[in-house]
Amino acid sequence: MQHVSPIREPLVTGGKTYHDITEDISRQVEAKPNIRWALALAVSLFFLGIFIYSVYRTLWYGIGEWGLNKTVGWAWDITNFVWWVGIGHAGTLISAILLLFRQKWRNSINRAAEAMTIFAVICAAMFPVLHMGRPWLAYWVLPLPNTFGSLWVNFNSPLLWDVFAISTYFTVSLVFWYLGLVPDFATIRDRATGPIARRAYALLSLGWTGSAKHWSRYETVSLILAGVSTPLVLSVHTIVSMDFATAVIPGWHTTIFPPYFVAGAIFSGFAMVLTLMIITRDVFFLKDYITLEHIESMNKIIILTGSIVGIAYITEFFIAWYSGVEYEQYAFINRATGPYWWAYWSMMTCNVITPQLFWVRKIRRSIVATFIITIFVNIGMWFERFVIIVTSLHRDYLPSSWVMFYPTKIDVGIYVGTLGLFFTLFLLFAKYFPVINMFEVKTILKSSSGVPHTLEPEKSMHATTPVTHQNRHHD
Amino acid sequence: MTNKKFILGVFEEEEVLLQAIENIRAAGTKIYEVFTPFPIHGIDDVLGIKRSRLPIAAFLYGCAGLAFALWMQIYMLGFDWPMIIGGKPHVALPAFIPVSFELTVFCTAHGMVLTFLIICGLYPRLKVPVFDVRSTDDKFVMAIEVKDGVTDVNKVNDLLRSNGAVEVNEKEVV
Repeated sequence: MQHVSPIREPLVTGGKTYHDITEDISRQVEAKPNIRWALALAVSLFFLGIFIYSVYRTLWYGIGEWGLNKTVGWAWDITNFVWWVGIGHAGTLISAILLLFRQKWRNSINRAAEAMTIFAVICAAMFPVLHMGRPWLAYWVLPLPNTFGSLWVNFNSPLLWDVFAISTYFTVSLVFWYLGLVPDFATIRDRATGPIARRAYALLSLGWTGSAKHWSRYETVSLILAGVSTPLVLSVHTIVSMDFATAVIPGWHTTIFPPYFVAGAIFSGFAMVLTLMIITRDVFFLKDYITLEHIESMNKIIILTGSIVGIAYITEFFIAWYSGVEYEQYAFINRATGPYWWAYWSMMTCNVITPQLFWVRKIRRSIVATFIITIFVNIGMWFERFVIIVTSLHRDYLPSSWVMFYPTKIDVGIYVGTLGLFFTLFLLFAKYFPVINMFEVKTILKSSSGVPHTLEPEKSMHATTPVTHQNRHHD
Repeated sequence: MTNKKFILGVFEEEEVLLQAIENIRAAGTKIYEVFTPFPIHGIDDVLGIKRSRLPIAAFLYGCAGLAFALWMQIYMLGFDWPMIIGGKPHVALPAFIPVSFELTVFCTAHGMVLTFLIICGLYPRLKVPVFDVRSTDDKFVMAIEVKDGVTDVNKVNDLLRSNGAVEVNEKEVV
């Protein structure tokens, strides 16, 4: 293989030209859906059905359908909420923070990662809204003048901060993602042959022409959006952690929560991005764009954030002992040896031990190992939230109110159902939207394609790979 | 309305395009617009595109968002319905930081994006004024307006060809 730089690996392999990029990525959108995609969609729709049924039961019979009770007033639902919000963070991290750091490897994966963010936040939002019991009154969380006189929402409450944080996060991510899609929708619009596709993508592309002036302003907008999204990513999970940290419950009331939650969010988010990208690159034949280099880079971030999370667990334990507060000490000993010991040790195994395997280069660069480890990380991060929420609540200051929490079928149904919702949305995205940001990949092609662009790609390498160079005729 | 006529030079490499823009502008020919499939580094300077004032707009939107958030919280909890919650004073500024921050970001982002869409004239529509559909794929297209009686078409053709255009087309736009 030929490299432009002796020290950097190429980000796009296979000796592509600009036209090849357009072809490779638009092909998925233009072609008829394949069987594997249709099967995956069928499975997702089945789980979406479970979601709809569970939501119906929750709304019709009330929150009594869930396993939470008087002592464990937050349980499975908030666990799922925090888990989903955390997963969302990787997308914005890739699109905003890595853009500011000029990390070019983000270009092939940012589109799908941002889509994942949007869908994960949608799934997350389901839980607090359903937890209200009467979701049609959800607008009460907004500071609107109301019929009870001028009674306003409580701006001192972290739960209200969440309302502002999550809604800002969702809408800003949505706009950032959509803006990135506009030029690629224009590409698909100009290639479209069918009347429906041409009209649909014309509407979606907002009349984008690719004029130099528009591009110049576009880049300014992206940069500022990245600039404001970067602190946004950090603030959202910080605020989520404050829901706990401002309470007086042993095991929650800690100052380490904001950075620890942010690291955990990025940790689980990258694991989910990897899980999705490994499948996507295989199903849609995108191995030249999402290379081992990309997977390795993401694995390195997993080592970093996984180690921060591991240190946070140990620090929490240390501080519980060092503070001398017996309630705090009991909460942590109860986590490790009490009735939920299995959840605690699942968390420790999945989150502290598994990411450390990535120190070995062979494992870091193995697709199969990465796929398995990322699934473990996602399971571990779910248990982390479960451990924090349920083990702290089920034994509080008053032993007479100690209870156990058991999820009901509806609890499980809603959680599994949001997975269905998430994958349904992701599959529809992967089929009808360009999964890879075409124009951004084109900008890095000459510097990072692994073949000097002045050489003719067909002659210099991959003589066996047919490279399409047909110029399609236009009006 | 009369039809506008354009000469379109099609280029294959961005380096050639950048050089061509410089040469053609030096020759005194006005470039109507350049269409590229992706943003090209350094094209602003050679085309003479002025620095966008969008960052200033974004900053002002952010200030407006911050001011609104502070006013809203101080007025609502401090004056309109004062209540002591969690032992905090009525105007608990530290507790107002998260909402103020979020609204600042919200207004900056959405205000700036809306302004961008308006100044670029981007809105959902069916008819799109694309000169050459390959400019969203892999070709770089330079458009030069033909004014009757003023522009020498052959001269412009030669100018484009000699500067590396692989194709020169004419197009009328209603």
